[in-house]
Amino acid sequence: MPAKIEKDELSGMETTGHEWDGIKELNTPLPKWWVYLFYATILFSIAWWILYPAWPSLTGYTKGVLGSNQRLEVEERLAEGRARQQKWLEQIAAKSPAEIRADPELLRFATVGGQAAFATNCAPCHAAGGAGQGFFPALVDDEWIWGGTLEDIEYSIRHGIRNVDDPQARASVMPAFGADGILDRAQIRDVTQFVLQWSGRATDQAAVARGAALYAEHCASCHGENGEGMTALGAPRLSDAIWLYGGKVEQIEAQIWRPRHGVMPPWQGRLSDETIKMLTVYVHGLGGGQ
Amino acid sequence: MATLATAISTPRETAVETYNEDVVRWFAIATVFWGVVGFIVGTFIAFQLAFPVLNFDLEWTTFGRLRPVHTSAVIFAFGGNALLTTSLYVVQRTCRTSLFGGPWLATFLFWGYQLFIVMAATGYVAGITQSREYAEPEWYVDLWLTIVWVVYFIVFFGTILKRKEPHIYVANWFYLAFIVTVAMLHIVNNLAVPVSWLGAKSYSLFAGVQDALTQWWYGHNAVGFFLTAGFLGIMYYFVPKQAERPVYSYRLSIVHFWALIFLYIWAGPHHLHFTALPDWAQVLGMTFSVMLWMPSWGGMINGLMTLSGAWDKLRTDPVLRFLVVAVAFYGMSTFEGPLMSIRQVNALSHYTDWTVGHAHSGALGWVAFVTFGALYYLFPRLFKVKRLYSLQLVEWHFWIATLGIVLYVTSMWVSGIMQGLMWRSYDSLGFLQFSFVETVEAMHPFYVIRAFGGVLFTLGALVMVYNLYRTARGDIRAEEAMPVAAAVRVAPAE
Repeated sequence: MPAKIEKDELSGMETTGHEWDGIKELNTPLPKWWVYLFYATILFSIAWWILYPAWPSLTGYTKGVLGSNQRLEVEERLAEGRARQQKWLEQIAAKSPAEIRADPELLRFATVGGQAAFATNCAPCHAAGGAGQGFFPALVDDEWIWGGTLEDIEYSIRHGIRNVDDPQARASVMPAFGADGILDRAQIRDVTQFVLQWSGRATDQAAVARGAALYAEHCASCHGENGEGMTALGAPRLSDAIWLYGGKVEQIEAQIWRPRHGVMPPWQGRLSDETIKMLTVYVHGLGGGQ
Repeated sequence: MATLATAISTPRETAVETYNEDVVRWFAIATVFWGVVGFIVGTFIAFQLAFPVLNFDLEWTTFGRLRPVHTSAVIFAFGGNALLTTSLYVVQRTCRTSLFGGPWLATFLFWGYQLFIVMAATGYVAGITQSREYAEPEWYVDLWLTIVWVVYFIVFFGTILKRKEPHIYVANWFYLAFIVTVAMLHIVNNLAVPVSWLGAKSYSLFAGVQDALTQWWYGHNAVGFFLTAGFLGIMYYFVPKQAERPVYSYRLSIVHFWALIFLYIWAGPHHLHFTALPDWAQVLGMTFSVMLWMPSWGGMINGLMTLSGAWDKLRTDPVLRFLVVAVAFYGMSTFEGPLMSIRQVNALSHYTDWTVGHAHSGALGWVAFVTFGALYYLFPRLFKVKRLYSLQLVEWHFWIATLGIVLYVTSMWVSGIMQGLMWRSYDSLGFLQFSFVETVEAMHPFYVIRAFGGVLFTLGALVMVYNLYRTARGDIRAEEAMPVAAAVRVAPAE
């Protein structure tokens, strides 16, 4: 088929003379700006090849005049960061959390560092700022299940709670009074009423009276005669309004029937010694440290 | 099937020989079907990201399993069927000959491809995957696709060989580049040793950083050849047809075609910046991506400038508007891509939602819109009816979907850049300012906006389904004609 070159009236451009299913093509030259931008990107690339590692050869690759090396740059920047923290971290390594707390400047550094470590490692359970969520206790109040002194907090962070990874983990188990048949449902109801009278929520005085003896026999050894709790055993205070597993009567009864137990992983070995100390100081300073 | 009404095509479209339009019709219906499936799954997993409870705690409905269902459904099922629909239609028309291999080979191609989709998707839900992004199907599905793809090549190339036109039209260059390159990518990236003949599991032939590089050589060129070259083929036929104007520049089409296919294949390493990949490979990948900017824009220029002298049609023809806005989104994405490949930009954008926004401005704006335009063009012709059921519904589809894309892309830009900035925030003592959880929390509102954008896009597609269904039945909605522009229109020179 001979090419039939025509002139497009709208653009004044000639066609190539080919036609496919009614489609024709204009013979418009390449737009100048397009050509120049294309050249510009090629020049840009050549400049990069000169500056940076670019072309491989049989034995190596072109190194580039800047001597750029990603791995070395990362190393340098990490070293720079470490150097900036070095003098503080050395002091933290040499001191106990109590000594850190006594030094205002060091305390400031440790609090910032502890906050950063907390946000990454602790906040997923204990919530941002240690506000607590779900069954994970708040760390901003003065109720401490396992103790709120610097030593207690540091121990909890290092070894964790009821985990299988660390033999020194804090551990204690409350018996399943209902599920194991130690107390029946009526007795559990009575004990619950007795416990609730400390926070002024008991509704059945006869049950309170019946529950007193049961409490003294089964509960007081850990939770204390007056429900004050015992941090050494991780037995929480029962005389206040804080209930980790829910404060409704049914929830307290369920906890006595078959208790839930919190678990926390050990952080020693995973976080550096300095980080654990900074976390200790930070958590202690959240508001409730003893 | 449609009743055979009187042919309404223009004289030039009158076939000398009977084109095989049955298979094109099936592929067109499959395109619509899989598109809707892909959009719905995509919207659902967008809600999963905003509200994780929607994972339902069932392994089959977790984000991890549904995400490849979404990506494969939109890329290979929707996009793939769109490419098959249009390429088989275009190659016959522009070669003035019927499909090589006759109706049986074409029928095998249709059912073979649908079977590939079903095998892949059911595998994902059951947890069968080789964990290569966009190449998740295991070896038995890969082998089947290889057979189907070879048949596709034979049908397409055979048709070109027996053409009755002296020259090969530019759309067919792009389709052929897409078919040949995808075959090569598919085979090399999926080289693997099955653990057993009766088991689904296999192990890749590559290991370590070579494996990563092979995968992203494949992954980036799936974008480059499947979603770019192939869809440029669609653009090169349907834009001039719908605009009734000659293609802007033949010379540009040659230069940008060869530049595009030569440069694209080297750009993959930009997916592996700041990884174990050697510096020099990263730099090469980046520079080839930057050089790709103008070759990509060659297609945009040819698409947009083909309208010169016919811009007024955009006001009255919503089908043409789909095609042209698609080309505009293509231009935007192909500027954004080279920009993001620059290592200093990538340091901020990599692994963030910015990448997701970029992918979707290309996928929704370019790939889906150009497909919608082609489907609206094709349905009346394939079903031999006078015209679309309703142009006003096309108009509704256009605006609902465009609004959806705008919400999607802008929310992901904001979310992604914020995410990247939060990750790299340090204080003067060298401590990170934000934890990962805090960045996730900060992204939540944007995830909700994005999911809503997905809802709009899907709604628009459902409007299209209704419109195309009524079109196929031969219905015509009584509605006012689109206001005709007063501008003088000159018919293309004969």
